Amino acid sequence: MERPLTQHIARDGRYRSLSEYGKTGGYRSLKRLADGLSPQNVQRLVTEAGLRGRGGAGFPTGNKWSFVPMGSDAPRPKYLVANADEMEPGTFKDRVLMEGNPHGLVEGMILAGYAVQAEVGFIFLRGEYHLSAQYLTNAISEAYQAGHLGRTLPGTDFRFDLHLHASAGRYICGEETALLNALEGKRAIPRAKPPYPQTSGLWGQPTVVQNVETLSNLPHIITHDSTWYRSLSRSKDGGTKLYGMSGRVAHPGCWELPLGTTARELLENHAGGMSDDFGFRGLLPGGASTAFLVEEHLDLPMDFSSIPPQVGRLGTGTMIVLDDRTCPVGFVLNLEKFFARESCGWCTPCREGLPWVARILQLFEEGRATNDDLTLLEMHAKFLSPGHTFCALAPGAVEPLKSALKYFRDDFVRHIRLGHCPWNVQSKRHRILV
Amino acid sequence: MATIVVDNRSYSVDERTNLLAACLGAGLNLPYFCWHPAMGSVGACRQCAVKQFKDEHDQRGRLVMACMTPASDGARISIDDPEAKAFRASVVEWLMVNHPHDCPVCDEGGECHLQDVTVMTGHAYRRYRFPKRTYHNQYLGPFIKHEMNRCIQCYRCVRFYRDYAGGRDLNVFGSHDAVYFGREQDGTLENEFSGNLVEVCPTGVFTDKTLFHHYTRKWDLQSAQSICPHCSLGCNTTLGERYGIVRRVVNRYNHQVNGYFLCDRGRFGYDYVNDDGRMRRALLRPKHDRVSQAKPEGVSEVLASAADRLRRARGIVGIGSPRASLEANVALRSLVGPDRFFLGIGERDHRLFSTILTILRTGPVPSASLREAEDSDAVLVLGEDLLNSAPRLALALLQSVRQQPMKRADELKIPRWDDAAVRNVVQGRRGPLFLAGYRRTWFHDYATENYFAAPDDIARLGFSVAQSIGTDSPSVPNLSKDVRDRAHRIAEALIRAERPLIVAGTVSGSQATIEAAANVAWALHLAGKHPRLSFVLPDCNSLGLAQLGGGILEDAFQSVRHRKADGVIVLENDLYRHADSAKADAFFDAAQTVIVIDSFDHRTTARADILLPAATFPESDGTLVNHEGRAQRFYQVFVPEGDITESWRWLRDLARMTSDPAEKLSGAAAWQTFDDAVSGTAEAVPEFAKIRAVAPPAGLRLIGQKIPRQPERYSGRTAMISHLTVHEPRPPHDPDTALAFSMEGHRGRMPSPLIPQFWAPGWNSNQALNKYQDEIGGPLREEMPGVRLIEPVATKAPLWFTRIPLPFRPAYRRWLLLPLTALFGSEELSNRSPAIAERISEPFISLHPSDATRLRLEEGTAIELALQGTTCRLAVRLESSTPPGTAGLSLMHEMGFAQLPTWVDLTESIKAERRVA
Amino acid sequence: MLSDTERDELEEALKHYPDKRAGTIDALLLLQRRRGWISDDSLVDIAQFLDMTCEDVDSVATFYNLVFRRPVGRHVLFMCDSISCWIMGCERVRERLHDHYGVDVGQTTSDGRLTMLPIACLGHCERAPAIMIDGDVYGNVTPDKVEEIVEKYR
Ligand SMILES: Cc1cc2nc3c(=O)[nH]c(=O)nc-3n(C[C@H](O)[C@H](O)[C@H](O)COP(=O)(O)O)c2cc1C
Ligand code: SF4
Ligand code: FES
Repeated sequence: MERPLTQHIARDGRYRSLSEYGKTGGYRSLKRLADGLSPQNVQRLVTEAGLRGRGGAGFPTGNKWSFVPMGSDAPRPKYLVANADEMEPGTFKDRVLMEGNPHGLVEGMILAGYAVQAEVGFIFLRGEYHLSAQYLTNAISEAYQAGHLGRTLPGTDFRFDLHLHASAGRYICGEETALLNALEGKRAIPRAKPPYPQTSGLWGQPTVVQNVETLSNLPHIITHDSTWYRSLSRSKDGGTKLYGMSGRVAHPGCWELPLGTTARELLENHAGGMSDDFGFRGLLPGGASTAFLVEEHLDLPMDFSSIPPQVGRLGTGTMIVLDDRTCPVGFVLNLEKFFARESCGWCTPCREGLPWVARILQLFEEGRATNDDLTLLEMHAKFLSPGHTFCALAPGAVEPLKSALKYFRDDFVRHIRLGHCPWNVQSKRHRILV
Repeated sequence: MATIVVDNRSYSVDERTNLLAACLGAGLNLPYFCWHPAMGSVGACRQCAVKQFKDEHDQRGRLVMACMTPASDGARISIDDPEAKAFRASVVEWLMVNHPHDCPVCDEGGECHLQDVTVMTGHAYRRYRFPKRTYHNQYLGPFIKHEMNRCIQCYRCVRFYRDYAGGRDLNVFGSHDAVYFGREQDGTLENEFSGNLVEVCPTGVFTDKTLFHHYTRKWDLQSAQSICPHCSLGCNTTLGERYGIVRRVVNRYNHQVNGYFLCDRGRFGYDYVNDDGRMRRALLRPKHDRVSQAKPEGVSEVLASAADRLRRARGIVGIGSPRASLEANVALRSLVGPDRFFLGIGERDHRLFSTILTILRTGPVPSASLREAEDSDAVLVLGEDLLNSAPRLALALLQSVRQQPMKRADELKIPRWDDAAVRNVVQGRRGPLFLAGYRRTWFHDYATENYFAAPDDIARLGFSVAQSIGTDSPSVPNLSKDVRDRAHRIAEALIRAERPLIVAGTVSGSQATIEAAANVAWALHLAGKHPRLSFVLPDCNSLGLAQLGGGILEDAFQSVRHRKADGVIVLENDLYRHADSAKADAFFDAAQTVIVIDSFDHRTTARADILLPAATFPESDGTLVNHEGRAQRFYQVFVPEGDITESWRWLRDLARMTSDPAEKLSGAAAWQTFDDAVSGTAEAVPEFAKIRAVAPPAGLRLIGQKIPRQPERYSGRTAMISHLTVHEPRPPHDPDTALAFSMEGHRGRMPSPLIPQFWAPGWNSNQALNKYQDEIGGPLREEMPGVRLIEPVATKAPLWFTRIPLPFRPAYRRWLLLPLTALFGSEELSNRSPAIAERISEPFISLHPSDATRLRLEEGTAIELALQGTTCRLAVRLESSTPPGTAGLSLMHEMGFAQLPTWVDLTESIKAERRVA
Repeated sequence: MLSDTERDELEEALKHYPDKRAGTIDALLLLQRRRGWISDDSLVDIAQFLDMTCEDVDSVATFYNLVFRRPVGRHVLFMCDSISCWIMGCERVRERLHDHYGVDVGQTTSDGRLTMLPIACLGHCERAPAIMIDGDVYGNVTPDKVEEIVEKYR
């Protein structure tokens, strides 16, 4: 089985230099550009490859690029941004790529920059990823020295500059339009769409924002081709996916597998099943802002098209497992405290609703909730859904809540009935948010 | 136009707007917070949610924010949809989670948009059972009170203060449910438009501190519409009174003039009306003893004595005023006769005003309204410090610089109302704004180019811009390359624009800059452009006075000096502000009888034999002509106590008593009501003929009723004077207008000049304004925005101004002293308001650092300057924007009387007192 | 006042951006790296350097998690409190730290040695619970191991 993204990555935490990268075919894709592969053809290849964004929303990458104004009268400069803000709880796949193979990202950015003719790139890196920052800095400077950056690429009239920007930390910075504000040195408040970044993004210029994993796929698509890339996948979207699993499983970790691998395979074959003494109750398939999947969903292929929308969505593919010795209400409380704290404070439902939700869940944990509180939770689950709030943070935040109310309703009711948390060892763990 | 369907009814709306504005314009009730008609949409509060349907078959629909959705043709929405309604109720519920229940003690109570929306959405029961968050409040200066706990995070304050008004010292801090709106540290809000926060904030976070000092709820205010008397722009205001005290000023929407916003001088300058030092009694001084205290007598005795002395006078001169109404000035003119009527201004002002009038009357270029100024897409300002002399115009120009860059947003099909998106596209880009002046302010940060030079050089720049536009306008000799290049760049930008605007004014005292501005405008006109001109004048009725015409102060002085007259009537004017003290003293010394009609004491009242207490603006009706030539009506708000009467009535009485009993009364003597005064004024000069149309006559009745100045909920009417009488007093009769001093009368549609306060059922806050417009942000229904008295008539090419000054040359020992106006401190009336007084800075003289070195002065040195017979203490300020060879003198306190510009030998007239570290 | 080195570093960071303001976050992080935290004086320095007001800079500074507007200890320990670490028992690690050093999240030890702050998912969920001290990440932290780790930072 081919694992283009990870088969050569450094597993021991070392920096993987440009020469090492070159030995395994690094920067070979640039040759194809030299051989006359036009930006339009790069776009076409990526579209044919069926690459969908790995940042969580799964938007087809080629399609996204098609909105960028091209041609000689297109506004200049255009920008490309790698979204390396990875802060979604339970998600750590981009870090694996940036620490293990930073040049893969650099090469991918050159290709994406070329495809949309963006002359400047930024890597927007979350501030806590110190090792990634160090390795990316090395990689960028090596790529400059090798002439891949900052100089016209052989056989083309394209020149690409790339800079690393370390964030000062906020989950909302990962939302692509908030990210643009953050990069401009402003408060990371999301922007309304339309206009989409592809037409008016950084400093009002056309901008493409792409997840690290998405970008890291590009060298392989260009070097091989779209048919090969599609063949890696088990589903109708192309390529492999970095899946991950954490929680009470035997071997938590991150694995590159064909897109469409089922949750059961991941849990049983790769994570080694549940830890001893722990039973499976459910999992969040792709970070904190996805809905619970339970036993009945375990055989669904984990890709962008097989999970029915009413059930949930793949998200980032890094899964968090809920075991039977952890209180599902406490689990959701932890998530909602996170979301309440990370709300940007711009729109009312998210800013005021999420802290309220967290406080109500706290009441459940303290055994002081009533049936009215269940109604209030349901009200929030409904009114913080897509379209109601300014950006996707709050809708993401209520995904686990809404699905928990569906699958674990009895547990909520038991808290009310018993007047304490049935797993009450954990009940004093939470404090009211101030 | 687009047709939209709202709850199955069709409405025809402007497709360039959004659904929220469209619904409000259609008269529908849809709540909102973060949207503001002048500031557009950002989609933050989520209060305006409606259901949108794809077509008539779509039953499910989806929730959208009305403010963020274009009102495109065929849009189908529902406001009444149960889910949309429930969501809107939730939004208020969330906002109320932390909002204190302090409405009874809140200054905003009763006119709070948050209250209105809470009622409108039906949120009534509290389900949140956790503690509320609390904040620390800040001291923000004498104008604004801060109560952060009431904040609902609509972000309007920072959007207004920063994005719209260019302020920098208010911001939002923190994130998630702990965001804070305030300053970095306690301190006075610096921005000149900070007062608008009071109206922009939908609840009680930012409230009017001056109102707080004599607090009264909106529904206990007797209100009427007024015109701001504190500069020449004529912004429309509403004043509220109770118990004889004016409690506050709020903005009164006039689509053509001030729109939604005022400056801080206009909003907080009103308190002079409540000054303890007001003259309230008619006073008589013992004969020719102008030193002792004047004594109150009965009004009839004082009038009789006045009439007697006037009858016996050898001749009477009447001195009018640029801060009195047209009617008062005309009454005076009628009393003394046109030959003996003198404009209460000096030669310099007269020359400048006349030049402006000539340009507007005979040139092909119209003056710009504030609205047009805001829409202009390239601006040249010659010599005027707008932020200090015409602040609302500066605010308009801050918007104008966005006009050109916003075209990029148009290309990207981003609607203009999509504020954040437009700003992201525009970023820091600014359209052409060229400022030429002699003092730097923060407004200059917004300019494409700044040119700091002496007025003559500024005029030369203007003349060479006109020349560069490429017509036969006179050429400027001895131009430096720098100025020529500069002029060229400016000319290019003006030519490329569609709606260029040229601004000049009287503050620098330079006729040449005014003439240069005209040449530029005319050159553009001849080049086939559609330019506009805007001239800034010193006072609220300067232009109207100039239109009326009459001699200048010096002429009046002369006729007394030459013994052609020895009786003087001064109307609402402190002559010491317009003339040299020595000359004014000599004038009063020579006069046998001096009658002064004014509202408060000053140096001129001190010279009066007879004092008649004049009604201030809120105590009278009248017409003012603003800088643009627009005549506007202000209305009496309340009936003052004491002998106080409108000036025109005093003059009318004097005219009656001095006219020949055998003849039929004529002129002002025959006036009965204010309508008579208006008619008399309309006949005074042909240009005034149209002022009858400024506002409806007093006889107007709507459905048989007058229009009440008091709201329906006005309380305590029967108790207000119960300490005097237990009988219910009859409300004062108003013979002058269609308004009544009462709570009874017509409530409904009415012509805009007759709207005493904006209110509509369910809309107690100022947002009720929406209910008075068919198109939000457009004209009021039945708007009468005043009448422009001067429109361009010339069809053939205008005559160029050809007097081009020589380049300014610094003199060896003398400095050209230039006037510096201050928003707070330079204007006579507002200075008497305590809150404004707190903001008046120390008087200063500004020098170029090189000149300061020459004079051995440092920043902060305290000096005494002897000038025109007065000596004053000033602090030295070093400013690199002060042109070398000139010195700027702040027009404050006693220095407000100086006749500038003038040449002074600073080495002699400055006495440095002490040096400040 | 900015030192020469600070000024040079800031100039360097600004090179990437078409507009000075964009350097606000870089400037905050840079000065914090050198000075430990962002005092009001540092705020003024940055504002002057970038032609901004203190309001502008503080509005940005207070938005982000990693900018300290109050003094911190010599070492900053970030406790991941997100979901995987919570499942894996980060609360017990926190309790142990509290028992041992007398500080809870948000507090600094009285000797100014250690500040403990909460942080959202550190991206080391496969080794939960995770903590980060001065940029070094430790995974699979247990109450018993945590003291040993912290002891390395005096
Ligand atoms: C609240 C929120 C946080 C997000 N965080 C991230 C993130 O950390 N990394 C990421 O790549 N995408 C994140 N996204 C998704 C981005 O908005 C965007 O869809 C993505 O960067 C696009 O890249 P892709 O098409 O390559 O997936 C986030 C979205 C939301 C709403
Ligand atoms: S949903 Fe609203 S408050 Fe929440 S992060 Fe998005 S914009 Fe900010
Ligand atoms: S949840 Fe703690 S490292 Fe991921």
